[in-house]
Amino acid sequence: MLADMARGFLDGAAPVSKLREMRDAGQTHDADLWREMAQMGWAGVLVPESAGGSDMGFAAANVIAQEMGKTLAVSPFLSTAVIAATALRQVSDDRAQGALAKIASSEVTYGLAVDEGIKFDPDATRMEARSDGNGFRLSGKKQFVVDGGLADRLLVLARTSDGLTLFDIPSDRAGISRAASNMIDARDAARITFDDVEVTGEDVLGAVGNAMVVLRPALNAGQAALAAELTGLSAGAFGMTVGYLKERKQFGVEIGRFQALQHRAAHIWCEIEVTASAILHAGRMLDEDPDNAGLAVSLAKARATATAKLAVIEGVQMHGGIGMTDAFDMGFYMKRARVAAEWLGDYSYHAEKVAAARGF
Amino acid sequence: MAENPKDDFRATLRKWLDENCPSEMRDGGSGEETICWGGKNWVFTSDAQRVWLERCAAKGYTVPTWPVDYGGAGLTRDQEKIFHEEMARINARVPLQSFGIWMLGPALMHFGSHEQKLHYLPLVARGEVRWCQGYSEPGAGSDLANVQTYGADRGDHWLVNGQKIWTSYADKADWIFALVRTDRDAPKHKGISFLLFSMDEPGVETRPIKMISGISPFCETFFTDVKVPKDQIVGEENKGWDVAKYLLTHEREMISGGAGGLAGAGRALGAVLSETMGGLSDATLRADAMKCEIDSLAISLTLERYKDQSEAGQGAGDASAMLKYMGTELNKQRHELMMTAGGSDALEWDGPLGNRAGDWLRTKANSIEGGTSEVMLSIVSRRVLGLPG
Repeated sequence: MLADMARGFLDGAAPVSKLREMRDAGQTHDADLWREMAQMGWAGVLVPESAGGSDMGFAAANVIAQEMGKTLAVSPFLSTAVIAATALRQVSDDRAQGALAKIASSEVTYGLAVDEGIKFDPDATRMEARSDGNGFRLSGKKQFVVDGGLADRLLVLARTSDGLTLFDIPSDRAGISRAASNMIDARDAARITFDDVEVTGEDVLGAVGNAMVVLRPALNAGQAALAAELTGLSAGAFGMTVGYLKERKQFGVEIGRFQALQHRAAHIWCEIEVTASAILHAGRMLDEDPDNAGLAVSLAKARATATAKLAVIEGVQMHGGIGMTDAFDMGFYMKRARVAAEWLGDYSYHAEKVAAARGF
Repeated sequence: MAENPKDDFRATLRKWLDENCPSEMRDGGSGEETICWGGKNWVFTSDAQRVWLERCAAKGYTVPTWPVDYGGAGLTRDQEKIFHEEMARINARVPLQSFGIWMLGPALMHFGSHEQKLHYLPLVARGEVRWCQGYSEPGAGSDLANVQTYGADRGDHWLVNGQKIWTSYADKADWIFALVRTDRDAPKHKGISFLLFSMDEPGVETRPIKMISGISPFCETFFTDVKVPKDQIVGEENKGWDVAKYLLTHEREMISGGAGGLAGAGRALGAVLSETMGGLSDATLRADAMKCEIDSLAISLTLERYKDQSEAGQGAGDASAMLKYMGTELNKQRHELMMTAGGSDALEWDGPLGNRAGDWLRTKANSIEGGTSEVMLSIVSRRVLGLPG
């Protein structure tokens, strides 16, 4: 099974201690690790076989993301293999096929540049793509561009005269300056300034003024996979917590004998189990009925965000003082949970989406 | 036309429903007064209710997944899903609801003898016998295995004496399935037998208990020298706890939403609240309702996931404790929100919002009956997480 395979690989190649090493070395990307993941078909999980991908589908992508969440594995999986690949798949020209092939082989990584303020809200994008001859000029600022500090290419959402347009451009194009953000989760994110950056019609992904046709499926896929990662993260943090309840002794007994802690632990397990159902459902909907997957995706992201918050808050509390130390891993889970909660829409954003779909 | 067996089944079913479901039975059936419980003393609320039950029973649609020999339609899990979809499509009422269907049936199918199954199950399926559950006693609530109702061995029968409490609809039931101690010397879990007997037997007496919701769905039930023939035991003598536990997992699934539809089933909460208030302008209530809706949907998906797993051979087992805990706590929240939305209109018995207050009060029992939330959490803690007892 994919989950077992992924777990076996990640436990060896990307345990939490690996994240710690990378953080201590100031490193946010491991190209060798990503190449190994690509060889297992993970980079091409959503790339058609004709372009060298494994084409395993969204449910499988969620399984991989969930296992990565358990050990906090660092990779450009979500930005590149899920979001960029899904966007590119909406376009059927040769250039997109070529780009997909490079994703599958791990030659190219992507960052998605959407956020301009402190909250995710693509519809409110203001960055201007000004018409200039046959092309456009991009000017403005993006923030919280996950994997954007090191990505080879950027998907940039900007406003053209007739609506939103998505551009696919190399990150070293003249006029682009990137400042790495020093993130609490020790991963790559960047603030990016676009200063009169020249883009052509060739750089447009999909149609001018119609970004959402390409971007919506990509966001759905990314949000679902991120929810899956958060659910894996919850399970990882909770596994540590239950282990600690069984071994830590106070008042002469294992603290897991205390009903006050037992019931709180049982409650977390229940929440994780319920959230796991929402993740499975989102994967199934994306594979089987992608046009109607929005509700399932937002349900998954909202639930996963809330569950992860509970799992890490209780994780630290039940570990007591040691949970507060940098030497212990729980803090890594807490910080990643907070970043993942914010990325691609927080609880409120997705709760509103659910409410809209359910007639509130 | 239909290309595959699923579509064939759907088309045939749809046609049958169109022709056989009376128009009066197409109102969705919400509220206690729309339920058909069946039983030999059942008074149908309308001719349509009787006709709908009889037609469904003839097709096995009161218990669609039960084998045909036991009065069911023998549907697969996929067909069952289609069945519920098609029933929902025309807003059809559930033709028959009963503890026989939800609780005794599954237990008999697992533990009963061939003769018992052939005898008791079709009576349940046709709605001819209404069952009640004799579990709790004054001294055996959360500590259910402490039941003291005693069956003395009298050769060809047990002579049963004792008292049950919280026996749902005991005053309306025809038969009871009861936990009876048949060995007082054995450890408490190992001296219990699972017995079936008629509520018409001499020595059976019921006394309804008036609840905070104003109604009396529960009874005290007294047994004085009730004779129970030896062939009316399910499973082996003194091994009734195994049957009891198995049945409880079904009861918990039922309470959490399987049959009664507590969590997430039915209409979206936001729509219901908006209707009451003429729009959802209260930001705090709206935020609470959104969270409740999200949790409802996720719990419903979990229920479906476990049903799929049990079809694939993995029983829900200990997970039923999780469903029961999550489903009932959520249902209490949901009704708190309904009350808030109703404002002072919700505070009158039979006021402008009907029985909203009664429904609200009734839900408080959800996290007590069938095992309290605290007992559910202890089950998860011990059996799933393996925390020391």
